[in-house]
Amino acid sequence: MKDQQMQATSEAIVRPNPARTTPVVALCGVTKRFPGVIANNDVSVQIWAGEVHVLLGENGAGKSTLIGILSGLQRPDEGHIEIDGKPVEISSPRQALGLGIGTVFQHSMLVPSLSVVDNFTLGGSWWRCPDRTGTAERIRETARQLGLRVDPFALVATLSLGERQQVEILRALMRGSRCLILDEATAMLTPHEAVALGALMRRLIADGLAIVFITHKLNEAVAYGDRISVLRLGKTVGAITPEQLNAATDAENTARIIRLMFGETAARSAHGLARAASDFGPVVLQVEALRTQAGSTPLRDVSLAVRAGEILGIAGIDGNGQKELAEALAGQLACSGGSVKVNGREVGGLSVGGRRAAGLRYVTDDRLGEGTVASFPVAMNLVLKDIGAEPFWQKGLEKSHAIHAQAERHIRDFDIRTPTHHTPVGKLSGGNIQKVLLARELTGAAEVVIFAKPTYGLDVNNIRTTRQRIRDAADAGKAVLLISTDLDELLELADQIAVIDRGALRGCVENDAGARDAIGRLMSAGDDQ
Amino acid sequence: MSLFTESFITTLFLGAIAAGMPLLLAGLGEQLSEKAGVLNIGLEGMMLAGAYAGFVVAWSTGSMGLGFVGGAAAGALVASLMVLFCVRLGLNQIVIGIALTLLVEGLTALLHYVQFSRSYPRLDGITTWPIWPLSRIPLIGPILFDQNLVVYFGLALVAGFAWIYRMTHLGSALQAAGDKPAALDVAGVDVFRIRSLAVLTTGALAGLGGAFMSVAAAGVFVPFMTHGNGFIAIVLAMLARGRPLWVLGGAFLFGGCLSLTTALQVAGVNVPTDVIQMLPFATVMLVLLIAGRKASLPQALGESFVRGAR
Repeated sequence: MKDQQMQATSEAIVRPNPARTTPVVALCGVTKRFPGVIANNDVSVQIWAGEVHVLLGENGAGKSTLIGILSGLQRPDEGHIEIDGKPVEISSPRQALGLGIGTVFQHSMLVPSLSVVDNFTLGGSWWRCPDRTGTAERIRETARQLGLRVDPFALVATLSLGERQQVEILRALMRGSRCLILDEATAMLTPHEAVALGALMRRLIADGLAIVFITHKLNEAVAYGDRISVLRLGKTVGAITPEQLNAATDAENTARIIRLMFGETAARSAHGLARAASDFGPVVLQVEALRTQAGSTPLRDVSLAVRAGEILGIAGIDGNGQKELAEALAGQLACSGGSVKVNGREVGGLSVGGRRAAGLRYVTDDRLGEGTVASFPVAMNLVLKDIGAEPFWQKGLEKSHAIHAQAERHIRDFDIRTPTHHTPVGKLSGGNIQKVLLARELTGAAEVVIFAKPTYGLDVNNIRTTRQRIRDAADAGKAVLLISTDLDELLELADQIAVIDRGALRGCVENDAGARDAIGRLMSAGDDQ
Repeated sequence: MSLFTESFITTLFLGAIAAGMPLLLAGLGEQLSEKAGVLNIGLEGMMLAGAYAGFVVAWSTGSMGLGFVGGAAAGALVASLMVLFCVRLGLNQIVIGIALTLLVEGLTALLHYVQFSRSYPRLDGITTWPIWPLSRIPLIGPILFDQNLVVYFGLALVAGFAWIYRMTHLGSALQAAGDKPAALDVAGVDVFRIRSLAVLTTGALAGLGGAFMSVAAAGVFVPFMTHGNGFIAIVLAMLARGRPLWVLGGAFLFGGCLSLTTALQVAGVNVPTDVIQMLPFATVMLVLLIAGRKASLPQALGESFVRGAR
């Protein structure tokens, strides 16, 4: 029965444009409350066939909840959903699929230990054998129609993230989806894969599909979207129709979206100016011929120097030794040679704690993994690296008074949006977890601060405040090593930029007008070795 | 030289099958649960419940077949508590598993005492179903083809499970329930139902294994008689990494260790029985040391599933 259904739907992918008078899916006054928060507050959104409907909003604006409601994971407290103008109740993922709503979640919903085909046939009658050859044939056929290449018998675990996403889109289509939801679909993709996804979306809507596209990246919203809705604190605060979108230039549209997302003031300072060069102090961090054996990309004779008040940027394609460099400096990865000096004092032999005491701080990109303990309260995470130290502990006993007082101070100074300092850090949004990390690493006797991909996965507003913190740290006389894969970020913040390639540094350039080209040349010049 | 007589080999292999069969059944069941993402620590309790119920049913009705059915039913009954607490209510699987084992240990000992006081009645002769003419082959015939029906069933089950895991929708669904239940849920399959089915089947198989111990192998029920077999079966299932054939091999390896005691006595070799009774447990540790390092378990093993949770 299931197989016949699949057969029918794979042929039905090319279908005539339906009447444009009723939306395919409409959310009517949907409200969803969680303990302590209203995730969605009277949200009404209409999704039309043949359009890419972009849903924008900060972290915690209620996008995920909205997707959860549409895909049957959550049920609205108030309001209802209409499909083709008829009210429906979606109480399970199976029902959402049956109603033609296919969702590609931000985190892959494929079973890694099964092949592509077996992932497609999940959900068939228990006692029957899956028709693997037939399904594989239909996967190939549908993929060909869409201009994709998919090996149906590959194990999902062996596919790249971009390929897994294509598989998920194919699966949603072959199950007869008329409305495809792509939740932060480009967040995990390489730039090249993201462009390919954009092109795929345009081809799909040409066939009459409706697409809901959730993203953080405004340029993608403007480039691929036909209609844009902006969510803020659980409410729809604005929508841009296709007519309006077409009438204005991309820059005007972007400015308009920023105004909707963050209010008037934000739009003006959306792009910070490059730092004005200033006088730097003495060399604080001196690294010479640093080598590692461990790690996926061992470091090869890395030497660098950062002066007080200076930001040294490390550019490069991800996976070229950035993580190893940061961890080797922080003391988390054993070095096989070379020296690391802070203020002229050798710290290469010290442990993580010893280096921290020497003034070396590391803001990790793995915020919930090694940066914080998700189930610990905010206050405890703020003293996580000072456990046992005065004044938070005295003679081995915890002084909760001192810990809480400091937490209150940090929450105020760093604008950490948390209900209380007792709240587990894992319950906060990504941007606020980053603020907890920043508060912990930037205060106290910090001399050198290493940032690893500090704005990765954050929304526009949090990216801006994080960058400002980095600037402030340098202005306060700290030596800053900024490791980032976002070249624009480096060009905005750094004084000097070095390029890392397969574990070795390839030259270092001043951040001036010609920096972008020079870095591009350095990044592509590494092949002759 | 004189050790490998026909009687020694026959005793060893018959003993290996008798001791390995409960391990095989329980191990296959545990493998099923683990595939679906439920770490069934209550296996020992389910086996013991099966051993007790199987014996009582066989003793009161005089039918071995009914004894097996009763054992399986008792195992499934204990498993239904596991389903309720761990699958439906999402409580900690390890805590509930241990609690169930302790509960059944106490309960069966009590019930047995109430009914039989301190006597241990024996069941009458154990019937076998010889497969003619294979049972007439010398040496192999009596070992393999003159056996209890449950033995044939257990061997067929190995092939059956291998087929289900590789070839059917159910196999894919089980694997998904253990590796990524959220993916199975959005594919429109009820994760709770798959896991419940797996745990109930586990209970029935462990119960059958227990009933085999008391009804077919020993012919008597003694409180705590499964002593550790359920836990060995859990180890077997973990080492087998989803492959039923490995459970078979492991079960008879351990069964062989257990039966070596009697076989050596038959051969007249004088080794302290205590030493030999330690053998299976020493083997477990040895095998864990060698093969356990790379054991890859389902990613969501031991985690209860909550829809929409991150």
